[in-house]
Amino acid sequence: MSAKPEMTAAEIASAVAGRKMSALAATEAALARIAQHDRTLNSFTDVTAERARAKARGIDADIAAGKTVGPLAGVPFAVKNLFDVAGLPTRAGSKINRDLAPARRDATLIERMEAAGAVLVGALNMGEYAYDFTGENIHDGPSRNPHDTTRMSGGSSGGSGSAVGGALVPIALGSDTNGSIRVPSSFCGIFGLKPTYGRLSRARSFPFVASLDHLGPFARSVVDLALAYDAMQGPDAEDSACTTRGLEPTLPLLANPVSDLRIAIAGGHFQKNVFPEAVEAVSRVAKALGATQVVDVPEASRARAAAYVITTTEGASLHLDRLRKRPNDFDPAVRDRLIAGALVPAPLVDRAQKFRRWYRAQLAEIFKTVDVLLAPATPCTAPKLGQVNFNLDGVELPVRANIGIHTQPISFIGLPVVAVPVPLEPLPIGVQIICAPWREDIALRVAHALEKMGVAAAPAPRGI
Amino acid sequence: MAEPLDDYIDAVSKALALPIEEAWRPAVRANLEVSLRLGRLVDEFALPDDTEPAPIFTA
Repeated sequence: MSAKPEMTAAEIASAVAGRKMSALAATEAALARIAQHDRTLNSFTDVTAERARAKARGIDADIAAGKTVGPLAGVPFAVKNLFDVAGLPTRAGSKINRDLAPARRDATLIERMEAAGAVLVGALNMGEYAYDFTGENIHDGPSRNPHDTTRMSGGSSGGSGSAVGGALVPIALGSDTNGSIRVPSSFCGIFGLKPTYGRLSRARSFPFVASLDHLGPFARSVVDLALAYDAMQGPDAEDSACTTRGLEPTLPLLANPVSDLRIAIAGGHFQKNVFPEAVEAVSRVAKALGATQVVDVPEASRARAAAYVITTTEGASLHLDRLRKRPNDFDPAVRDRLIAGALVPAPLVDRAQKFRRWYRAQLAEIFKTVDVLLAPATPCTAPKLGQVNFNLDGVELPVRANIGIHTQPISFIGLPVVAVPVPLEPLPIGVQIICAPWREDIALRVAHALEKMGVAAAPAPRGI
Repeated sequence: MAEPLDDYIDAVSKALALPIEEAWRPAVRANLEVSLRLGRLVDEFALPDDTEPAPIFTA
């Protein structure tokens, strides 16, 4: 049996464990798809072919020896290039970091994926230092949208979106500080999970904004998303923010009914500055779930502003020395944003952090009466690469500044979200399924129900 | 926001030993204006004096 591009991770793992397909065959199929299509998509910056083949042969040997293999046996996956991969410098989308010594050990999440049997096939393109919503990269070129290669993949985990949307791999990992998992999921038409802040270890990944950084998986099905998420859960003393909660597996709960859930549509800020396709996507999801209640999320615009202030200042602090020593080696657009961030007066940052606590309390109140909030993942489908403005209701607005307006107020307080793809024509767009802290199980359950109803689906790539 | 902001950029960048070439200045200033505008949105929101910041954030 050979691996077909449309095979899910669950199907590959089942075929490998059942000896219908070897892990090596699954790996070679992924490597062949990467070789065939990545010249167009530009989603990979490193392909770890020999490492992958060695790992796959080991899995096949274990199976031949009658050993038990993990739930992701033989499943190819790839990671945003801010994850440490042993033997590679962790470039984090930058030119500067290429001068770092190669990582000596994989990131925790790679180790956990491989412990479950998954096979790392490479590292993925991303926006420089994750300060990006477009998927464009001045050093490596843009990762491209698999449904229309003249369009953005979304950032900053653009390569992750492009590689999974293009069916080069069934699972990828990325990071989300202000929307960098949810935006590429939306533009590339795939499922993405930004877990609760602190749920998944960030050990041995390159940071951006410590109090906003999350890591999480992308996939073409909700079962695959849950498989990856469950494999990566667990405390990790090497990430000070990582929870000490025990494992809370979601896969066994996916098929539970959603009829008992209180589902509402996020109003106010989340219904402004949206194109008709975003309105249509939320409407389809809400209708399928029988959700009619609209809940205003107070001060969400201000939350987005506070997230912006914290991001630009903490990001500037992280890169201050590089800005002094190697300013010309940055993408100029990133450099100028970071320099400006270094100049923001400190009281504004303190007030943003205080506002954050206030805002978190408001959302906690909302989640006493609802289980799920629905909101657009992006205000629009994927813009053209290099597009500067879009016209909304006769008003010209900058694209970059507005792509994340609906994701930022959510990650600001660390809520778990599954972005589900709604396969509109001609391009897909995502909807955020937002839950209370630590309730990834509910978000995944709702996403699974939407997938079963056919309302959410990852469309086959049409651009390659 | 013309000269006072330029003076501020000069003074703070000097204090931080952060080089800003003339060619970068318009973009730096434009970005800073956005940050300050959004910062004002946060600033003008009244909070009780005993509000704790959340720099060590827990969800």
